Amino acid sequence: MHIPDGYLSPQTYVPLYGAFIAVTAVAVKKIRKEVSVKNIPYLGMAAAFSFIIMMFNLPIPGGTTGHAVGSALVAIILGPWTAVVAVSVALIIQAFIFGDGGITAIGANCFNMAIFMPFAAYYLFKIFCRHGEKKSGVFWSSFVAGYISLFLAAVLTAVEFGIQPMIAHAPDGKALYCPYDLKIAIPAMAIEHLALFCIAEGLITALIVMYFYKHEKPLIYALNKGGKHE
Amino acid sequence: MNKLQKKILVFLITLTLLTPAGIFLPIFFNAGDAWGEWSAETVKNMIGYVPQGLAKYTDSYKAPLPDYSANSGDASVIHQSGYYILSGVLGVIIILIVMFIISKIIVKKNG
Repeated sequence: MHIPDGYLSPQTYVPLYGAFIAVTAVAVKKIRKEVSVKNIPYLGMAAAFSFIIMMFNLPIPGGTTGHAVGSALVAIILGPWTAVVAVSVALIIQAFIFGDGGITAIGANCFNMAIFMPFAAYYLFKIFCRHGEKKSGVFWSSFVAGYISLFLAAVLTAVEFGIQPMIAHAPDGKALYCPYDLKIAIPAMAIEHLALFCIAEGLITALIVMYFYKHEKPLIYALNKGGKHE
Repeated sequence: MNKLQKKILVFLITLTLLTPAGIFLPIFFNAGDAWGEWSAETVKNMIGYVPQGLAKYTDSYKAPLPDYSANSGDASVIHQSGYYILSGVLGVIIILIVMFIISKIIVKKNG
């Protein structure tokens, strides 16, 4: 899901850079309001977690590889605004130091995995978890939040890839950037994610949220925000 | 550092040591690149040409440690696993420092 340099046209990556910068500016303000100094260590740990979890390349036998992102977990435990900054930092380090994801595509990759995905996960969790807080309910809400949010982020990425042949091609009709259109990109990205990578995202999200639910419940942002503690 | 933070740190270190699974599993199951993350050469093999924009941008930036490796040409899976763990450790250290600085600047609220 890390779009490399050369796959997106400037018409695509420039607006996504703009969106990324605008949302990050809002995130900084929200974090200033929501997060207290004693929780600073968790921000770094969340970014590190996301970075490491993306190193676990999972194989589709005989096919492609992919990975979980960790955005869903960070969004549920620390809130979507914190996830925006934490996962963005992981993605930017990946691009600059390890060449994972392009420099021109930083806006796009952060928009997909560090903005769209944590917000999707957070609201999915809130929707599924609003009736009581039974253990099994929290587990499955977390799983679904991880599973569906990564799937939606993968489809969004596929759309960014897939619109390239339409918006940018040479006079002879040859592609200038990503050569595959929506009809190829969306099924390819959707199926591999549904079959494997989203299950990984769902499981790590659910297992770790359950650990916090049992031992550190007051820390879970998604269970407290808007609740009686506020 | 409180007890929970220590636990999370141990968890992160354990995960980092396990990252070579991200190299072994794809080899074992004969899986290749992630979709849309092919090199220009691979794209040429797939569609017969390298799209102009792709050719122009693809090597515009040279990362110091591409593919989480200090030597991507080294074919030894054991060596690559070592590089992978070291990349993980280095990445985590850089991220913790960057996030600490960013958090110090952003977060002002006490309590």
